[in-house]
Amino acid sequence: MSVDAENVRKIARLARLEVAEERLKPLAKELNDLLGWIEQLNEVDVDGVEPMTSAVETQIHLRADEVTDGNIRDQVLANAPKSEEGFFVVPKAVE
Amino acid sequence: MSDLTKLSLSQAVLGLQEKEFSSREITQAHLDTMEQARGLNAYLTETPDKALKMADASDAKLAKGEGGALEGAPIGIKDLFCVDGVKTCAGSKILGEFTPPYESTVTAKLWDDGAVMLGKLNMDEFAMGSSNENSAFGNVISPWQREGSNVAMVPGGSSGGSASAVAADLCLAATGTDTGGSIRQPAAFTGLVGIKPTYGRCSRYGIVAFASSLDQAGPITKTVEDAALMLGSMSGFDEKDSTSLRRDVPDFVSACTKSLKGMRIGIPKEYRMDGMPEEIEKLWQQGTQWLRDAGCEIVDVSLPHTKYALPAYYIVAPAEASSNLARYDGMRYGVRVEAQDLNSTYERTRAQGFGEEVRRRIMIGTYVLSAGFYDAYYIRAQKVRARIAEDFRNAWEKCDALLTPTTPSAAFGIGEVSDDPVQMYLNDVFTVTANLAGLPGISIPAALDHQGLPLGLQVIGKALDEETCFAVGGALERAADFTAKAKKWW
Repeated sequence: MSVDAENVRKIARLARLEVAEERLKPLAKELNDLLGWIEQLNEVDVDGVEPMTSAVETQIHLRADEVTDGNIRDQVLANAPKSEEGFFVVPKAVE
Repeated sequence: MSDLTKLSLSQAVLGLQEKEFSSREITQAHLDTMEQARGLNAYLTETPDKALKMADASDAKLAKGEGGALEGAPIGIKDLFCVDGVKTCAGSKILGEFTPPYESTVTAKLWDDGAVMLGKLNMDEFAMGSSNENSAFGNVISPWQREGSNVAMVPGGSSGGSASAVAADLCLAATGTDTGGSIRQPAAFTGLVGIKPTYGRCSRYGIVAFASSLDQAGPITKTVEDAALMLGSMSGFDEKDSTSLRRDVPDFVSACTKSLKGMRIGIPKEYRMDGMPEEIEKLWQQGTQWLRDAGCEIVDVSLPHTKYALPAYYIVAPAEASSNLARYDGMRYGVRVEAQDLNSTYERTRAQGFGEEVRRRIMIGTYVLSAGFYDAYYIRAQKVRARIAEDFRNAWEKCDALLTPTTPSAAFGIGEVSDDPVQMYLNDVFTVTANLAGLPGISIPAALDHQGLPLGLQVIGKALDEETCFAVGGALERAADFTAKAKKWW
């Protein structure tokens, strides 16, 4: 599995990262170097192995379905790059 | 009065209880050393007003004979922990002037126990790095230098500010976080103790997320007893983190002096790496002998999947990071770089806000999670991770803890390794296995190498058995009698 400039453009798009045209090729090389190193995982016999999902076996506990926070609008907005009258202000998302 | 900044955390707590000095005095002493040491770039934000206010509150409690386990002791906080009302930016530009209106559980516990906050410590951006060369706010410089050289050395990473600050007496102890070795490797590079506890021992609530299934908080300290004392304060179940464990916190401090008679210590042969300096091999043998002398039985064990730990990590960690870091979109907090429409605003914000290594890992993570590659990369890596955890379970049938070197080399100079990502990643080759398996690991300063730089030994324990890590760590500390300090040049 090898990555080319076109793949990098697609990955960058998915990751919402702007990448300059001239960086696509060098980035493809970087990613290929890393992926080449990671390829060695194919040597491992993983037949019948369940993918690990948690480091320590534990049971998830249920809690009462109650509202435990909220009503902190001004705190939530305090770090917003732009806000107005209790709302986030964002670029137009729907035409 | 003797120099209060030279005390260990445990000595300071005792001195405060005995009223040999006040919290204000020891806090001011640290604020003074911080001011003289700004060249190390260890602190991103100093909070002297908050520190003195907390110190006065502690003094009032101490005067009445009250107070918690850390009452009046000044410490530093890695910039990954949210502290209510104090700028928190995870070493990144993308968070801008982000000032959390809430407190991480770990820091809340430390303040409840009376610790005094000196400031926020520098780190690799979003904890991604092994040398602190990835901070958006400049490199942290280690107080350590090679003998006869003034080349600036890295303190390790990602908790490099924490390590540098403790080693240079800019705080009594510091919090760190460890996703692949980010507490233990910098501790080893700077002659300090660092422990990553069992996954789930410390709450992750309010810690800026990097790779959620691997991230754990822990202390970086001058002594094993200090680490035990501080971890005791940091640990415990938290309703706000569904992965935190509902287990009582043992008395870690008393574990430090426990007898090792009859304990079985495993030596994993796969940790003998090609190209590892001979003095690290020798130190490992020395450590083995110290434990034999302390009454341990030494057994050879095999962890056959060790060499696959780093490549598996570099799938799992970037995958989780790419997902966690999706929240930095410039809309609700942090920096926004406006462009012609919403998508290009996202893209420009993230391209300018994240540094090179963070962008690299987001790209890798996005790729391995993308349609068509998910099974081949991510699921396979999680299966390999299960194999690695199984290796440890098999080892525990033969031994109670493992002894390994902490790092495959001593610290290096700034710029000496940073060109090649894979070369840099190898720093974590001995530490990353404990993260993947969720096990506790402690690094103990054990010797100086031929250049006069510290080297560490690591003890890995069973899940939830930090006590054995502390017991073995305590024995290694007593045997090694490591008293070297960086010569002051800053």
